[in-house]
Amino acid sequence: MNGRRDPDTGWSWWYLLFLIQLAVVIWPAFYNKIEPTFIGIPFFYWYQLLCVIIGAILTAIVYFAVAHAPRSS
Amino acid sequence: MQEVNWTALIVFVVLFVFITWLGFAAARWRRGDLDMLHEWGLGGRRFGTLITWFLVGGDLYTAYTFIAVPALAFGAGAVAFFAVPYTILIYPILFLVFPRLWYVCRKHNYITPADFVRGRFGNRWLALAITVTGLVATLPYIALQLLGLQVVIGALGVTSTGYTADVPLVIAFVILAAFTYSSGLRAPASIAVVKDTLIYITAFAAVIVAPIQLGGFDKIFAAIPAQKVLLAIPPAHSTGSYSAYVTLAIGSALALFLYPHSMTGILSASSGHAIRRNAAMLPAYSFMLGLLALLGFFAIAAGVGALPEFAGGFKQFGTNFAVPALILHIFPAWFVGVAFAAIGIGALVPAAIMSIGAANLYTRNIHREFINKNPTDKQEAQMAKWVSLIVKFGALLFIIFAPTQYAIQLQLLGGIWIIQTLPTIMLGVFTRWFNDWALLIGWAVGTVAGTAMAISTNLSPTYTIALGGYTMPGYAAFFTVVLNLVIAVALTPVFNSLRSGVAPRDATAAADYRS
Repeated sequence: MNGRRDPDTGWSWWYLLFLIQLAVVIWPAFYNKIEPTFIGIPFFYWYQLLCVIIGAILTAIVYFAVAHAPRSS
Repeated sequence: MQEVNWTALIVFVVLFVFITWLGFAAARWRRGDLDMLHEWGLGGRRFGTLITWFLVGGDLYTAYTFIAVPALAFGAGAVAFFAVPYTILIYPILFLVFPRLWYVCRKHNYITPADFVRGRFGNRWLALAITVTGLVATLPYIALQLLGLQVVIGALGVTSTGYTADVPLVIAFVILAAFTYSSGLRAPASIAVVKDTLIYITAFAAVIVAPIQLGGFDKIFAAIPAQKVLLAIPPAHSTGSYSAYVTLAIGSALALFLYPHSMTGILSASSGHAIRRNAAMLPAYSFMLGLLALLGFFAIAAGVGALPEFAGGFKQFGTNFAVPALILHIFPAWFVGVAFAAIGIGALVPAAIMSIGAANLYTRNIHREFINKNPTDKQEAQMAKWVSLIVKFGALLFIIFAPTQYAIQLQLLGGIWIIQTLPTIMLGVFTRWFNDWALLIGWAVGTVAGTAMAISTNLSPTYTIALGGYTMPGYAAFFTVVLNLVIAVALTPVFNSLRSGVAPRDATAAADYRS
C-alpha cells in the first residue's frame, strides 16, 4: 500500500514489529524470576538475552521487508 | 597493590604502539582534504556499512561501559541488566529516526545536531541551547573514558605516588590527542576495527573460561547473594524496582543517540541506507553487552573482592575494579595484556569521537554563529582541531585532579540534560509543528527539573514520584523529558498566536529527508 514511499524514510506497517521488541521487555514482573533455569542461568538473565536475539531477528525482518521494498516510480 | 605484571604490560604496550601507528596512517585512508571540516570531522561522509558498524559500535560501547556495567552487577546485582532492554530499544530508534536526519544533514552540509536545529527552526537561541547541552553532557563522558584507562593501567601494576602516578595516563592521552588532531574521524574509525575485534575475543573468552573455572553457571549463581539475583519485589502501592528498571532502559535508550558523538558516528555513514543496515546488524553488540554484565557475577563467584592481592585496587577504584580483578584472576598473563589493551583502546576510540563531536559543535554552532560568521574552510577545520585538543586536555585535568566520583555524577547529570534535546532533534526530524520558543522553554524546564530531582536524591539516577498513595520510582531523565514534551506541546499554540510577524523560515524541505 505504500510502495511509492521512499524505502529509507517513509512509513511502513512492518514497523509495528518493533512493538514486539518493546512489549517483551517492558514489564519486568513477567521475567523477574529464577525458574525455569537454563544451564544454571536464572530465567531473568537468559530470557533477556533471548529477547536480544528476537529483537535482532525482528529488526532484520523489518530491514529486508522495508529497505528492500521494490521502488515503483 | 600487586607488582607490575611484565608479560601483560608488554603485550599491552605492543598493541598500543600498533594502534598509534594505525591512527596516524589513517590520515591517508580514503584520502580527503583534511582542511575541510566535513573531511576531518566526519571522515568525508564516506564510511560504508561495515566501517560504520565498527565506528558506531566503538562509539556506543565504550571502555566505561565494559567496566561500569559489570561493576553495577558486582555491586548492586540484577538492576545492571537494564543494559539489555536498553540495547534492545536503541536499534528501532536508530532505524526509524536517523536515516531521515542523515539525508537532511548531507543535503545542507550540516555537521552537528545543532546545525540541523538552526536550519529547521531558524532560532539561534534554540540551537545554542542544543549546543551547550551537547558540550556539557559530552565532557564528563570523555573524562570517564580516561577513568576506564586509569583503571586498567592501575590493574597492570603500574603505580607510583606523587607526580609520576599519572604519567602512563598522560602518555596515552598525548597519543590520543595527536592522532585525532592529525587524522580526524578516520583515526578512531580505523582503530575501532582493532578495538572491537579485541573486545569480542575478550568477552567470549571470559564467558567461556570463567564458568569452566568456577564450576558452571549453577555454582556461579549459587554464590550470588539472593537479593542480588533478582529485582526486589515492589512493595504494596508502588511500582518499585520494576518501573525504575524499565525507565532506566527507556531513558538511556532515548538519550543515547542525542549525544553529539553518536551523531558524529552516524552522520559519517556513506548513505541513509548504510544506517538502516547497521540498525539491523548492531544487535550483535547487544548480546555481547549482556554477556559482559554477567562478568560482574563471575567476579562475585570468584571471590575477587576478598583476595588480598586486589585489596589495593578495590580501595582505589571501588567496584570498577571488579572486571580487571576477574581478568587478572582467570587469565594467563599474556591474555591479561590483550584484554586490558581491549579496554584501554576501547577508551581511546570513543574519547576521540567525543572530542571530535564536541569540537564540531563548538566550531559550527558557537564560533561560527556568534564570533566569526564567515570563516574559510581551512580556518573552520583548524579551529575544530584546536578545540578537540582543548576538550581532551580539560577531561585529562578533570580526571587527574577531581575526585572520580565527580566524573561519574556529572555523567549521570549529562544523561538527564541530553535527553531534553529529544523533542527538538528527534521529533524535529519528523515535524515542524512545534514552536521554537515552546521547545526552548520545554528544554529549560526539563533541564532545571531534572537537575533538581538528581540533587534531591543525592545524585542517584532514580527519583520517586508519589501520587495519591501510590509511588513510582523511575529514571529522572525519563520523567523530565515527558514534562518537557508536555510543556512544548501546550505552549506551541500559545506562542504561535503571540507571534506578531511570520515564523522563522524552515531551511529544509520535506524532500530533503529522503534519498
